[in-house]
Amino acid sequence: MYGLGLVKGLMVTAKNLVLPSRMMTVQYPNRKVGLLGLSKATGVPLPKLLLKDPITSVKSLLGMAEVKESLPQHPRFRGEEFSWYEQRCTGCASCAKYCPLGIIEIVTSESGDQMQEGQKYHLDKFDIDIGRCMFCGLCVEACPYDALHMGSGFEEGTYRRQDLVIDKRKLVSAKKTPSTWFRPQLASKKYDPHKGKNVKWDGAGRHEKPSLEQQQEKWAKR
Amino acid sequence: MTEILILRSGFDFNGIYGFFDEFMPDSLDWLVFLITSLILAIVIINAVVLSTALLTWFERRLLGRFQSRLGPNRWGPFGLLQPIADLVSLLTKEDTIPEGADKPIFTLAPIVFLAPALIVFSVIPLHGGSFLGNLNVGLIFVIAITSINTLAVFMAGWSSLNKYAMFGAMRAVAMLISYEIPMGITVVAVALVAQTLGLSDVVLAQDIPYILVMPLAFLVFITAASAEMSRTPFDLIESDSELGAGYHTEYSGAKFALLQLTEFMAPIIVAALVTTLFLSGWRGYGPIPGPVWFVIKTFIVLFGFVWIRASWPRLRVDQIMGLAWKGLLPLSIINLFVVAIEVFIFNPGENGLSTTDLWIMTGVNWGVTIIAIFAIFNLLGQSKSERPVPVISPLANMYANTNTVKKITDLAEAE
Repeated sequence: MYGLGLVKGLMVTAKNLVLPSRMMTVQYPNRKVGLLGLSKATGVPLPKLLLKDPITSVKSLLGMAEVKESLPQHPRFRGEEFSWYEQRCTGCASCAKYCPLGIIEIVTSESGDQMQEGQKYHLDKFDIDIGRCMFCGLCVEACPYDALHMGSGFEEGTYRRQDLVIDKRKLVSAKKTPSTWFRPQLASKKYDPHKGKNVKWDGAGRHEKPSLEQQQEKWAKR
Repeated sequence: MTEILILRSGFDFNGIYGFFDEFMPDSLDWLVFLITSLILAIVIINAVVLSTALLTWFERRLLGRFQSRLGPNRWGPFGLLQPIADLVSLLTKEDTIPEGADKPIFTLAPIVFLAPALIVFSVIPLHGGSFLGNLNVGLIFVIAITSINTLAVFMAGWSSLNKYAMFGAMRAVAMLISYEIPMGITVVAVALVAQTLGLSDVVLAQDIPYILVMPLAFLVFITAASAEMSRTPFDLIESDSELGAGYHTEYSGAKFALLQLTEFMAPIIVAALVTTLFLSGWRGYGPIPGPVWFVIKTFIVLFGFVWIRASWPRLRVDQIMGLAWKGLLPLSIINLFVVAIEVFIFNPGENGLSTTDLWIMTGVNWGVTIIAIFAIFNLLGQSKSERPVPVISPLANMYANTNTVKKITDLAEAE
């Protein structure tokens, strides 16, 4: 029919204009809020907000008030700043061997630790060049002791390339919020790294440290 | 009528001239004229440019909501300062002229493009009269002045020594000239019913808005006008997916700002014209004053333009020319004939057509509109034109099924 297709097209865009459910834009990193949105986002009741901070209230009425907004991410999101547990790492360098880009550099020396369970190396150097990393996660898959986990962050921009090389000091001091990617033991606990809760080294892996009796039994059977 | 008189006594050319003429000696009449012209120029330019800046914000916000995203909302309350940011960004850029360009024409084109748009606004009646008082040939003036834009577009495209600019300019000339004809014929119909050529007299004659009296003329006029200002269904002058940017490909900096300003000014002017010719201008009901009615009606038309821009895709070149010559031209001629016969039968005297006459015309014209649109599009529509059976070249795919190729070549030979 003449012109009906045109009217149909107009109706589609009219629905976009009218229905709020059609709006899918996430405002990041700051979201503009109105007065009600501001009281909801800050958790302060509306009358209290008006008395306490009248300037911001007026600003929010003018559409100028902002609140922080983070992008919703899946717990299995593979992000920056690897979570690495020094206590779990034996220095086997599997991660360095499996890395398709060869960006993990490990230098070890004999430490004399844990001679009963097997030699553990002392790590002199553990550098990951994140600037060249493609976040495939093969190093995490290769780690036999679940010492290395993918991180969960994505706001790690720097001004220089060399700042993207993560050394051992940075890895130790980094936030321990591992991604649950390739870590079903974390996923089964319903762990969400984006809620900001840190995981300790003994809660992160499959391999629990055997008790003294188990160790003695194991050695006695030898 | 009293309301009109109150508003009329104020701000137009004669009013300001009279105000200054009182305390100036007669020998300084030229100075009074100059001062009056300058004041009017400043007022018109500022009013139009500011409303254009507001329109860019309005259009981008609304377009965003139509496409389920947010428009500009960062800079100022609700993003209202975004036009200023854009302007600063454009004015601080380097103003380049391509090597080998025709420099005088290249520089002149934006000014030639801008001036008519500003001049048109001086005759549009915002209240009882327009800024220039009551120009008695307003309709002809508007039609004549707006066609200068075509020249400016061609100047810009030709002088920049760029093939895409040239393509855009050639398309512009072909399209703008084609669409001027149906637009002019509908305006003749309006003048015939209103029995006048002055814009404010047209408004005074509209006891019933002419959108009801002549729906066919309204449809043709709004289609032709949106083609004239080259907005989305007809924006192949600057089709960004094919030509880069069309005629202003080589422009940058302040010149580009002028071109863009004019382009965003066009919807305001067309909306104001549509309001004047078809929506009974400043006339309204209740205590709301006339200029507010005018702005509200203009705003509704602008909303329609943005809605159309958000929804409809661009037409092809041949479709656009076909629509102008096969669709709009016959429709406008039918409209003119019907209206002329009606006016001849009613034979208005000094006072113009009465309200009863207009209501009878409304009834007849709605029927004519529906029948004419169906008839024209049945006769000349795209669905009626037969397409040739596509013949695949046997060389196109050498390893294809040879039987199919044979069948196709047989078919081609049989025809």
